[in-house]
Amino acid sequence: MATATPSVDPSDMHHAVEQTWGGRVRVWRKIFSTALSERLVYRGDFALGTLMRFLPIVTQIFLWWAIYDSIAASEAAESTGSLTADSSALPQAANENRADAVQIGGFGFRDMVAYYLLTMLARAFSSMPGLASGIAQQIREGEIKRYLIQPIDLISFLLINRVAHKVAYYAIAIAPFGLVFFLCRDYFVAGFPPPHLFIAFLGSLVMGFLIGFFLEAAIGMIGFWFLEVSSLLFLYMLFSFFLSGHMFPISLLPDGIEWVVNLLPLKYLAYFPAAVFLGKIPDEDLPMEMAIEAAWLVFFIVICRWSYSRGVARYSGYGG
Amino acid sequence: MQGAEYQGAEWMRYVRVFGTFARNSLVRDMTFRANFVIECLSSLGWTLMNVGFYLIIFQFTGSIGEDTGWDRERFFLFLATTWFINSIVQAFFMPNAEEFSELIRTGGLDFALLKPIDTQFLISFRRVSWSSLANFLAGMVIAGVALTRLATREVDPHIPTLASSILYVLFCMCGIAIMYSLMICLSATSIWLGRNQTLYNFWFYITNFSRYPMEIYNRGWGTPLYGFFTFIVPVLVVVNVPARLLAKPIDPRTSEEWMLVGWALVATLMSVLFSRWVFRRALGSYRSASS
Repeated sequence: MATATPSVDPSDMHHAVEQTWGGRVRVWRKIFSTALSERLVYRGDFALGTLMRFLPIVTQIFLWWAIYDSIAASEAAESTGSLTADSSALPQAANENRADAVQIGGFGFRDMVAYYLLTMLARAFSSMPGLASGIAQQIREGEIKRYLIQPIDLISFLLINRVAHKVAYYAIAIAPFGLVFFLCRDYFVAGFPPPHLFIAFLGSLVMGFLIGFFLEAAIGMIGFWFLEVSSLLFLYMLFSFFLSGHMFPISLLPDGIEWVVNLLPLKYLAYFPAAVFLGKIPDEDLPMEMAIEAAWLVFFIVICRWSYSRGVARYSGYGG
Repeated sequence: MQGAEYQGAEWMRYVRVFGTFARNSLVRDMTFRANFVIECLSSLGWTLMNVGFYLIIFQFTGSIGEDTGWDRERFFLFLATTWFINSIVQAFFMPNAEEFSELIRTGGLDFALLKPIDTQFLISFRRVSWSSLANFLAGMVIAGVALTRLATREVDPHIPTLASSILYVLFCMCGIAIMYSLMICLSATSIWLGRNQTLYNFWFYITNFSRYPMEIYNRGWGTPLYGFFTFIVPVLVVVNVPARLLAKPIDPRTSEEWMLVGWALVATLMSVLFSRWVFRRALGSYRSASS
């Protein structure tokens, strides 16, 4: 516990009064608006940066285009035998249709491009740059004392901050995102998903944001026990990039590995929202999947809260 | 005669200075040994993930692109080439380019200009990030496995000749020179812009194109990109030319392919000269930030 020993004085009484719901909401609003304006300072640079972030998608499109083409070609070669020489003479349109028919891991070529675009969106919700390392740093440098003395809860403070940052992000990123999605509309073969899928998609995005937040915050809490978490964090980021579906749809994984990865919560950070939007999750499985996601969310909230209270109990801060 | 001797001594001096830079960086890296190990492991982790990704892709397909010949073993040779070139660029040039924009912002470039040595040399080679060379080793492992499998497989085996191996090394160096030139051009822009924070991102996005066989871009709306990144900003020849020399039989080849190899040489020369010119222009308009 912090060595600071609060003495009872009138200002503490004042704090006690603040702890009503009205007071809390006022504090939350203040935190939110401060963080929001902080974020909107560099908007021009930021919009450009967001647009540039889509450039790797261009490489992905051509990579997968080539891959689907060669799969289609070898399948055609198998089915028609000696006729393969003719296939290159087919008109371009027929050639493209042929590639469209190929599916791997339940994804056709166009699905695959749409998938990468959607994971960009999902990651925009669920990625929490600097959250865990920030918490660990605050613990290491003793800044955490502030939250032990002031009537502000660390986790809700950080959460509101993140919400504000994300809101600022979308306010600006909606233009580049909209532009890219509009340019790539042809890749969404099934068009806009039916309402129930779209609602599930929105729900999965919001839950993805919360899971990302509480998961990373919980990792940051490890800083109470080990002062340096950067290597651990790196390990997490590596796994998360590979297993969340950010790099490729996890349905492409070999069957022996896929079911394990499906049990992990990482898929909710990227793969799951995209798969819901593209209708890759069967309707009958959807409610169960959403329930599992919600259960993971509750799990991480509990873990995060529990590790925070345990951490604070063993924390000692010196000096001032 | 005396001129040649003078040139030789001058050259030796640069080599010695570089040796000192490299040693200093190694001492510095070894001071924080745990950090060094973590950095090595993290780049190896990234390598493993990439290898995993391509292994998954090759579960579904025999090659990247129809009739391109980039089957699994050959593509892994391509990947190893990417790793060689990128690790050298990251070890020798990346830390310096990042530091350069800081030098401009803080006015530290003044001191570099005063030193009795070529400024471009000084700011390009000052730091060596030894941990990035872990990826060079990873590239050697990938290349070793791919070469063995390519040589011993039943269908269409291939053993690179001595000539193609020599050409491979030569063109890898050309590729490194092109990447270096590109980086110098990008960091020179920070003299004009004051600070270039997105340098690293921009670098990543551009070099991202060089990581795949160039054939895949040459279709549909990719053709302009293919042309742009081959002839204007020649990042596509960086990995493609050496990788193809090693991974595919050197004979027979179409004259177009040989022209591409020739173009890689020309492009290297032009990039180096152009970047030198850009850098000097940029230095000319440098106004110190200090005082």
